[in-house]
Amino acid sequence: MSKDRTEEFLSTFKKTADFVKELLQENEKLRYQVASLQEEIKSYKEKGVGIDAHAQCIAKIAELEAEKSEILKKIREVEAENKNFAEKYIEVEQENNNLANLYIASYQLHSTLNFKEVVQIIMEIIINLIGAEIFVLFLLDEKTNELSPIATEGIELDQVTNVKLGKGIIGQSAKSGENYFSDIIPMFDSFNQDNPIACIPLKIKEHTIGVIAIYKLLVQKSTFSELDYELFTLLAGHAATALFSAKLYTESERKLSTIQGFIELLTK
Amino acid sequence: MAKIEILVVEDSPTMRQLIVFALKRLKDVNVTEASDGVDGLKKLSNHKFDLMIADINMPIMDGLKLVSLVRQDPKYNDMPIIIVTTEGAEEDRKRGLALGANAYLTKPVQTTQLLSTVKELLKLQ
Repeated sequence: MSKDRTEEFLSTFKKTADFVKELLQENEKLRYQVASLQEEIKSYKEKGVGIDAHAQCIAKIAELEAEKSEILKKIREVEAENKNFAEKYIEVEQENNNLANLYIASYQLHSTLNFKEVVQIIMEIIINLIGAEIFVLFLLDEKTNELSPIATEGIELDQVTNVKLGKGIIGQSAKSGENYFSDIIPMFDSFNQDNPIACIPLKIKEHTIGVIAIYKLLVQKSTFSELDYELFTLLAGHAATALFSAKLYTESERKLSTIQGFIELLTK
Repeated sequence: MAKIEILVVEDSPTMRQLIVFALKRLKDVNVTEASDGVDGLKKLSNHKFDLMIADINMPIMDGLKLVSLVRQDPKYNDMPIIIVTTEGAEEDRKRGLALGANAYLTKPVQTTQLLSTVKELLKLQ
């Protein structure tokens, strides 16, 4: 009985000893881990990481947000600038096209000294570049002070009569040398010579030599454009000089052939 | 690279010069001019064109007759045709397109409009 108790005691003692041994080992392990963690914390603190890292991240985010809004602002500015450039490009393109039209009109007007051809070119410019359907080209006869129609479009020449200088819209425009434009372009009903929608005096300096009177625009055209006004300015000067030079040249040619004929007659 | 060949059939020298001036702004384009429909047909029979621009009101042969004759020629079945005219009424537009024109522009024509139509029909950038 005593032997049994002794064995039991020894067994319990052994188990307790093992348990204590295990506890000590565990304790050693934990001590080691605590030491490692303390070392690690110490190292992070030295590097500046730790509680400050969160604050640093927040600061960095704020900095990036500010940078982002600055970039977005710059993108918006660039986009606005881009739009501005695109608009300017369209304007320049339009101006370029207008200049091309003016250059061609001017080039054509001075491309011949034949009076009929100059008249034809003026008519072409008014039809094709301005877009007029009914119009009359008058020339001033300085002897009678009357404007005589020399070419018409959309109406027969014999339907147009001479206009006295200073009389009516056309006569006034020729006398004053000022362009006339009707405030509104009315629906065309029938041809009324005294009621043009535009009158352009053809002038060499301040001297009027004729008038273009426009009565109706083409169906697809409802009003005059900026380019039309520039073409009118061009026509006022260049068409006048072209007509005047061609007229002088034609007259001189005629006189020359008369003189030549006369000389031939005398020398025979 | 072969040049794009364009035929301009227009009786008005001013208008013709304006169209040619505009077309020369395109890259690698060669423009041939004709002063009426018959002249246009002659030039079409002598040369292969990629596109034709024609007026309607012309002496000897008008633009509509020219378009209908061109469309009867198998050689020019697919050639794009642009009509540039003073005739702005809707029935004129319909007639021009029905005869085989691909585009119908009215005078006074804007250079930008003409060039964008040419580019579109020739599938240029």
